[in-house]
Amino acid sequence: MSPDDLAAALAQDLDTAFPDLVRTLQDGVFSGALRMVGNRHDAEEIAQEAFLRAYRALRQYPATRIRELNPGAWVWTIAVNLCRNHHRTRSRRPVTTELSVDPAGTGRGPETVALDHELGDRLAAELRHLSFPMRSAVVLRHVVGLPIDEVAAALDRPIGTVKADVHRGLARLRTRLQEVSL
Amino acid sequence: MNQDHLVAELKRLAVKAPDGVASNVLVGTGIVDGYVRRSSVLGDLLVAFGTNGVTAVELAGDPGGFVATYEQRFGKRAVPVDRVPPVIARHLDTAIVAGRPGRLPVDLDRLTEFQAAVLRAAATIPRGEVRPYGWVAKEIGRPGAVRAVGSALASNPVPVIIPCHRVVRADGTFGDYSLGDPSNKRRLLVAEGLDVAAFEERAAHGVRFTGSDTTGVFCHPTCRHARRTGVGHRVEFASEDEARAAGYRPCKVCRPVAA
Repeated sequence: MSPDDLAAALAQDLDTAFPDLVRTLQDGVFSGALRMVGNRHDAEEIAQEAFLRAYRALRQYPATRIRELNPGAWVWTIAVNLCRNHHRTRSRRPVTTELSVDPAGTGRGPETVALDHELGDRLAAELRHLSFPMRSAVVLRHVVGLPIDEVAAALDRPIGTVKADVHRGLARLRTRLQEVSL
Repeated sequence: MNQDHLVAELKRLAVKAPDGVASNVLVGTGIVDGYVRRSSVLGDLLVAFGTNGVTAVELAGDPGGFVATYEQRFGKRAVPVDRVPPVIARHLDTAIVAGRPGRLPVDLDRLTEFQAAVLRAAATIPRGEVRPYGWVAKEIGRPGAVRAVGSALASNPVPVIIPCHRVVRADGTFGDYSLGDPSNKRRLLVAEGLDVAAFEERAAHGVRFTGSDTTGVFCHPTCRHARRTGVGHRVEFASEDEARAAGYRPCKVCRPVAA
């Protein structure tokens, strides 16, 4: 379902269309939150809270306003705020981050999987060392796969700034990964 | 690592959302209701809830049938969830064990006013005690509606938590039960410590009330004040009139004659 179709359906009958919105967006929102906050439990909480807040907001909006939304980008504005708040409280009282336990891709030998896995883990860990603005830009652009204008909308920052953040974030990740592998 | 490789690796950091996310969200919005599994004296139960509290309790034998019946009755889908609102999580197990809602929110708004009143009255019967259908009818101010009280209790959507099993026939037989086999009613009462055999025997002999000759008060036979009367001081009555004629007044706790 295209964003416009989804928005139109939400405007017409919120309770019928909302489950579609959740199904369409849940993997992206969960993945993005996971890579921004670093653990599955908090990511799950954030994803659920983001959808609940989205629903409550949509209840209040007139149909004309809902029809103009890009649902994916809009839910992300809510989710990013939750991630940012989480980041702020966590940086005040840091906790140890758990290791990623994501299933690796299928159809490859155990050694390759182990190597890939290791790379994925390291990449996920390095993401957490980026500043929040940079990390959120990289995650939304390349993990979630949002177009750059939607990333900018979700982060509420100018496109140029976000582009630069993504660029610098990638460069930093590359340097870090090369340093570690030496 | 070149740029393309890095971007490809980042893309692979995307994962599937855990199964529970969608269900938990939809239950949270109230678009669907949720249900969880809990154990009880009668075996596993399915307990459904909406945004206003617990809506239904059923034996866990047939979840598919439960979901179908639920949708028919309440016009809402019920989905299994792994997360329960805190207020329900805190009080659900206590309510099941105690056989009364206590602080657990129970949603009776989806029922008729009459049925809700019947269930609220039944919920006041203490654990291990029983009252006749007619008592419930009097408690809700509809003394003539004994049969309607019977049907309201028979379709109690939240058995165990609202203890309709504590309402029995005036002749001391247990009557129907809304949760599985009728013998479940007896099983629950036995588990609550009611001396079922003694109760049945007394009822079979026509005893409806018992009094204490030291206090001059008469009670339902299972009222806690009746049970602590010494055997030597216990008097038995077949009716309210008989008790009154003997100079006894009704107990204020079990209200054998509801105001």
